[in-house]
Amino acid sequence: MSGPETTAAAPRLSSLRKRPVPVIFERGAPGRIGYSLPASDVPEAPLDEIVPAAHRRAEPAALPEVSELDVVRHYTALSHRNFSIDEGFYPLGSCTMKYNPKINEDAARQPGFARLHPYAPEEIAQGALQLLWELEHDMAEITGMDRVTFQPAAGAHGELTALLMISKYFEEKGERRHTVIVPDSAHGTNPASATFAGYKVTEVKSDARGNIDLAALTAVLTTDVAALMLTNPNTLGLFEEQILEVARAVHNVGAQLYLDGANFNAILGITRPGDQGFDVMHLNLHKTFTTPHGGGGPGAGAVGVRAHLVPFLPAPTIERAGGRFALDHERPKSIGRMRAFYGNFGNLVRAYTYIRTMGAAGLREASEMAVLNANYLLSRLRGAFDLPYDRVCKHEFVLSGRRQRDRFHVTTKDMAKRLLDYGFHAPTIYFPLIVEEAIMIEPTETESLQTLDAFVEAMLAIAREAETDPDLVRTAPHETPVTRLDEVTAARKPDLRWRARTASDPR
Amino acid sequence: MKYIPATQAERERMLRSAGVRTVDELFRDIPEEVRLKRPLDLPPAVPDPDLLAHMRRLADRNTDCDRLACFLGAGAYDHFVPSTVPHLALKPEFLTAYTPYQAELMQGELQAIYEYQTMMCELTGMDVANASMYDGASATGEAASMAADLTKRAEVLVSTAVHPEYREVLRTYTSHLPITVRDLPARDGVTPPEAARQAVTDATAAVIVQSPNFFGSIEDGDALASAAHARGALLVVAIAEPVSLGLLRPPGAYGADIVTGEGQALGNALNYGGPYLGMIATRDAFVRRIPGRLVGRTVDTEGRPGYVLTLQTREQHIRRAKATSNICTNEALNALVAAVYMATLGKQGMRDVAELCARKAHYARTRIAAVPGYSIAWDAPTFNEFVVRCPMPPAEINRRLLEHGILGGLPLGRFYPDLADCWLLCVTERRTREEIDRLAGHLETLQ
Repeated sequence: MSGPETTAAAPRLSSLRKRPVPVIFERGAPGRIGYSLPASDVPEAPLDEIVPAAHRRAEPAALPEVSELDVVRHYTALSHRNFSIDEGFYPLGSCTMKYNPKINEDAARQPGFARLHPYAPEEIAQGALQLLWELEHDMAEITGMDRVTFQPAAGAHGELTALLMISKYFEEKGERRHTVIVPDSAHGTNPASATFAGYKVTEVKSDARGNIDLAALTAVLTTDVAALMLTNPNTLGLFEEQILEVARAVHNVGAQLYLDGANFNAILGITRPGDQGFDVMHLNLHKTFTTPHGGGGPGAGAVGVRAHLVPFLPAPTIERAGGRFALDHERPKSIGRMRAFYGNFGNLVRAYTYIRTMGAAGLREASEMAVLNANYLLSRLRGAFDLPYDRVCKHEFVLSGRRQRDRFHVTTKDMAKRLLDYGFHAPTIYFPLIVEEAIMIEPTETESLQTLDAFVEAMLAIAREAETDPDLVRTAPHETPVTRLDEVTAARKPDLRWRARTASDPR
Repeated sequence: MKYIPATQAERERMLRSAGVRTVDELFRDIPEEVRLKRPLDLPPAVPDPDLLAHMRRLADRNTDCDRLACFLGAGAYDHFVPSTVPHLALKPEFLTAYTPYQAELMQGELQAIYEYQTMMCELTGMDVANASMYDGASATGEAASMAADLTKRAEVLVSTAVHPEYREVLRTYTSHLPITVRDLPARDGVTPPEAARQAVTDATAAVIVQSPNFFGSIEDGDALASAAHARGALLVVAIAEPVSLGLLRPPGAYGADIVTGEGQALGNALNYGGPYLGMIATRDAFVRRIPGRLVGRTVDTEGRPGYVLTLQTREQHIRRAKATSNICTNEALNALVAAVYMATLGKQGMRDVAELCARKAHYARTRIAAVPGYSIAWDAPTFNEFVVRCPMPPAEINRRLLEHGILGGLPLGRFYPDLADCWLLCVTERRTREEIDRLAGHLETLQ
């Protein structure tokens, strides 16, 4: 079969990345294998006696038939057609693409953690339980919350966990509330989670300074409101300056104040949600606490609560009695389970390792530098792009490509695609929804000044190209393994799995 | 601090550019009252060599499956993982990548997930599989809401032979949705199709079963499918042990409408319960209601094949409150692990590993049934797990076995009080005849 490594022509290495990699089903040959398993060492028995034929599959699953080296070449080729933190800069707003330390990987991949069965008796899992117990205490201190659960697998899962706890809290009080408020700048997961938790969503607009509009908020705050879901710093990268007034207004109608902690990287050791009046919050450990994103997951959520919500935490919790750590399943008021077992433990080991590496001063310095890096980039880019909210930003900021669109018919998407040619990932674009042609930039603290300056030069060059050679930008990217992809056909005629070619199907 | 590269001189240059004199000025928008006036009370920073030693000590306080003969399964399986899996799936190019929103830069990840979706379809016999969910339990919860939406019906029936933790999550997930969950009691270790037929009504959205079920028994898929379909309900099949599908009939072949499950067994580490791999697959007709990300194949402007995230109008970042699910971050890396695992084992290897599991489990089943006082609880055919009735409390047996380096099965009393004398054992291809004989030998001498 033809693969890039077997082709007779000798293209330049750089063009190799542009050559399509055949799907793995097209590699290999019938009967070829790449595995090694022991022969059965138990007495022979007819298979029919073990699993009746009626329960067995008629044909083996049509999986690849490849050698071990085929597998290695295939996934190595794919890895070359990817972009990652280890390769370059991801100025991806709201995603906190900071460096993922290697020591975290070494810690998490030890057999004592990686090969531990979740139903192993507690007496042989004391190290894992101790880690979870200590991590909970660290997270409670960092957030100003009273207790923390690590069951949620990701941020959105944490949102749902929190909303279900809020529901249970009101149920216990004999109250029925049906509405959750989200600002118009919120992450899409906020309203989606509220719907999944059975709530009606009311959206509140932002004011001219980019804060939630206090008057508009007060107007919709009634005793039907269960919670306000607020991101702080918000998705414009701005701290909610009236947070204390917001908290007071929410609590005045007996509602709960929820923090979407996606942007926690701006405030480590600087201010704590528990002190700001938040009742419950989630953290994305795959953002602030350096666990790798894995190409879309796994993440790890953590949900912190103040004392009045503690009874409703998912079961089990982790408790210490004497010198021994134990899982507590006896939590009668718990919302129940959010997943099987205890959480994305492997990522919790990584987050724990990171916190121990940094210590209190290191975490605070991380936030200070994340904010300084963002303000530096903002100062360098504000001349070339529109800036809808002109304030000191936190860890990220939002520009607008309105000027380039209106004057040169070059969109934010075009400029984002052009940035790929310069060797950078694109910023988050068209979010938050309240900024036209939004360009949301988050540098994180782990990038050097050289990297930031190179990024600035690329952005300024693209702003010039939009003016002098707009077609170059409109048709970007040019240097990537593929050019722009036909997303319309992809959605209209979905091809979601490979099927073997037949003679009648010349695809 | 090695993760923060800015030098003092660079910081000063940046401050000047930002138009401030100190970093503190950048935080002036935070109200004075809520600024933390003290350092966080955390353990001190630890240099790498000491930290690695500390992490090793913590890990060593656990006894993992490298140091035990593991007969414990119950939703997390100790299978052999080929070396290709960590060396390829955990390459930093995949590990440290973000969600492939910029498709042109992320063809490797996207193609790998497209191939994963294909392998999942082949394994389950379904038309379309998504790019992953959180885990088997939450995927099953999502399937209930998907089925209710598709049928416009409000009740789901769930067999009590579905993993108890999946059922707990199903209840949590549906607790504030207009969906009621009703138990379908298992009998003799299986879900009786006749009882299902009687329980299904015109209000039933789905019948949810697991096969092999929590007790290890293989369900009668054809009969359960026809029980559900007779009244227009969907059959949802949860697969907790996907290696079984190397040998067993895929749910698509007996009429499943939605397959959910836990993909951990496909090359993912035990990891004390996570991260694992939620699976969901369905029929073509239901693709626009599936939760989570999907990768599709298309072409670029020069006609070359390429891959993109597609049908995104189902998802929260576009549809917000009207999305099919709130899921955003998924378990892409675990899906990649499963893909490399399935590619390495391949067509023949998946069949071989499944058959080895079945043969060894069958031997263990026969061997333990011959120990005085012990019996196999039910007659139903099993794959690599089975339930044993014991003459003494299973937790006590486990305690004694642990002294001999054996990790015993799951005592069922915790989840099923009426099965307090029952013990769920698992035998994967990793267990040797010698270990099985040793287990049986200890049972013979335990008093």
